[in-house]
Amino acid sequence: MRLELVKRPQQSTLFAAISPLIALGLTLVAGAIVFAMLGENPFEALYYYFVDPLRELWSLHELAIKAAPLIIIAVGLSVCYLSNNWNIGAEGQFIMGGILGSMLPVLFPTFQGPLVLPLMLLMGLIGGAAYAAIPAILKTRFNTNEILTSLMLVYVAQFFLDWLVRGPWRNPEGNNFPETRRFHPDAVLPELFPADGRANLGIVFAIVAAILVWLLVSRTLKGFEVRVLGASPRAGRFAGFGTTKMVFFAFMLSGALAGLAGISEVSGAIGQLRPTISPGYGFAAIIVAFLGRLNPLGIIAAGFVLALTYLGGEAAQISIGVSDKVARVFQGMLLFFVLGCDTLIHYRIRLVRSALKSDAAAVAKAAEPASEGA
Amino acid sequence: MKKIVMGLAMALAATTALPAMAQDKVKACFVYVGSKTDGGWTQAHDLGRQQVEKELGDTVETAFVENVPEGPDAERAIERFARSGCDVVFTTSFGFMDATVAVAQKFPDVKFEHATGYKTADNLAAYNARFYEGRYIQGQIAAKMSKAGVAGYIASFPIPEVVMGINSFILGAQSVNPDFKLKVVWANTWFDAGKEADAAKVLIDQGVDIITQHTDSTGPMQVASERGIKAFGQASDMIKAGPETQLTAIIDTWGNYYVKRIKEVQDGSWKTGSIWDGLMEGILTMAPYTNMPDDVKKMAEETEAKIKSGELKPFTGPVKKQDGSEWLKQGENATDQVLSGLNFYVMGVDDKLPQ
Repeated sequence: MRLELVKRPQQSTLFAAISPLIALGLTLVAGAIVFAMLGENPFEALYYYFVDPLRELWSLHELAIKAAPLIIIAVGLSVCYLSNNWNIGAEGQFIMGGILGSMLPVLFPTFQGPLVLPLMLLMGLIGGAAYAAIPAILKTRFNTNEILTSLMLVYVAQFFLDWLVRGPWRNPEGNNFPETRRFHPDAVLPELFPADGRANLGIVFAIVAAILVWLLVSRTLKGFEVRVLGASPRAGRFAGFGTTKMVFFAFMLSGALAGLAGISEVSGAIGQLRPTISPGYGFAAIIVAFLGRLNPLGIIAAGFVLALTYLGGEAAQISIGVSDKVARVFQGMLLFFVLGCDTLIHYRIRLVRSALKSDAAAVAKAAEPASEGA
Repeated sequence: MKKIVMGLAMALAATTALPAMAQDKVKACFVYVGSKTDGGWTQAHDLGRQQVEKELGDTVETAFVENVPEGPDAERAIERFARSGCDVVFTTSFGFMDATVAVAQKFPDVKFEHATGYKTADNLAAYNARFYEGRYIQGQIAAKMSKAGVAGYIASFPIPEVVMGINSFILGAQSVNPDFKLKVVWANTWFDAGKEADAAKVLIDQGVDIITQHTDSTGPMQVASERGIKAFGQASDMIKAGPETQLTAIIDTWGNYYVKRIKEVQDGSWKTGSIWDGLMEGILTMAPYTNMPDDVKKMAEETEAKIKSGELKPFTGPVKKQDGSEWLKQGENATDQVLSGLNFYVMGVDDKLPQ
């Protein structure tokens, strides 16, 4: 006896629309069970987790700081995933954007003025895009698997940053500690409402990026091309759309946005380069992209939800003493339920008692469109 | 019986802390970089926090947050504490320094204490321990115990703190055996049991027969124990991970400092400052000297006593740098300023310092 997934002839549009909410609900239920098993009052725990961080203004600022990079990266990734390009290396592109963008304040600290910040942001965009072009070249030239190459390049970027801050870019007045000099005021991303909290321009970039990409995908020919090539590369070729160009477009757009997120984080929240500049934003953004149904506007909401799991983990730890690992458990469950819901919207489960030949043929047939749509 | 003892202890705590009863409970909060059960660095800080709870009893309330990454997350965690009514916040990793400085500026009425850093303010004090003093003793023991004449050192990051420990270890070893050598592996992590264990294996395969570490897990101790060689524990007593293996360990004993500073917050005498204490003040202690002959144990105890009394300072000339040039003249002591920015090896270290 075994279980099989069979493609549904028709998908429920209602469930397709509310599936992230179902996933969120299931995560809350599963989370309550986890808390109960830890011996905590589940309602109290969920309150500290999901409500407490929203009660104060300064905490909302922190939420915006956390959500901004997630949204910026996820918006770019949505274009990649819609067009069937599996960029898993946003973390590396984030780092490269941060590095290239930091060149001015680190290497030329005497160059100051209002021009510095725009140039830094531009270089961040370029850094991320150029780094994302590598897996694109490898994919189009040598037909390599972009999932592997983009992921591996993350580690290259991490070690490159590590080497820079310990070696050539190390702060000469920093007692040999692995960090660059702190950025001068002209190189720091301005805070929006300094009186209330730390939130900076990053969240504005996030919203603007989401709206622009939403317009691009839903209102332009390029967006149509993205969707057609993603859904069916063959149909796209018949329509005269170039697959190779699309690979570069998707990778470099998402890389540029990841790079923008990187330099915004470095110049906004951190203020210098350090051996680690991201607590895994590039990977968490993959969850955000799917939770937002690859729709830039949905991604804005999803970004705040995921940011909340980070802050909630800390709040719950301080007030009721549950381990910070619970935050990771929540993020994992969220992705699991989102993907699970999506799968069950597209497929139904069938119980097979014994494998007959005709069945096997049916499975093979059902699997065919599955691999294309996945 | 146990209950009676507990009751007595609490009564005692209550009487000794009587003056503080006049005011509200003081809330002391701790920000940890690792897990409080890591068996090393963070655990040592948490033991200090528990000592505070035990000694100050009802006059104090403590809270902690663990596994806080260095960077913007640290600033948020510290600010959350400052806003949640903490009177004093201890941030226990070097990488929390700038975050602590930033929050301290915003909350002038809250007191901050940062471990192992160098920046201070009116409401921000810095505290550190001279771990290298313990490393000197370890070096001497290693030179006596090693048959190969070479020890292995698992290091975390090439910052002055760590370089200082390596130099002190080799100077201690050379005071016993002038030809003693030291191999270094950079694990590039503070806490990663797997990586640290791999580093230990590599070193043992290269012929070292003593392992010491400036990383926080018990991984190396376990490998040394499997391979039947000796090793030193780090930050906490690791004897449980290697009952037949651990020679001694440098134990960070922050508790006395924490109790003292929190009492000062209670009676209003807290002042900022920067301390760098050692074996003398008891901010670090040596675990029992085990798994070694009596004469080696005696030597170690004598050295410890000399360091405690201030008679012996590990960084005393003549000392040559790795390239053979002179660093300290006969009888000259290294200044704290030079030590806290140390970025070169002394002679005898078989490694190139990552630059």
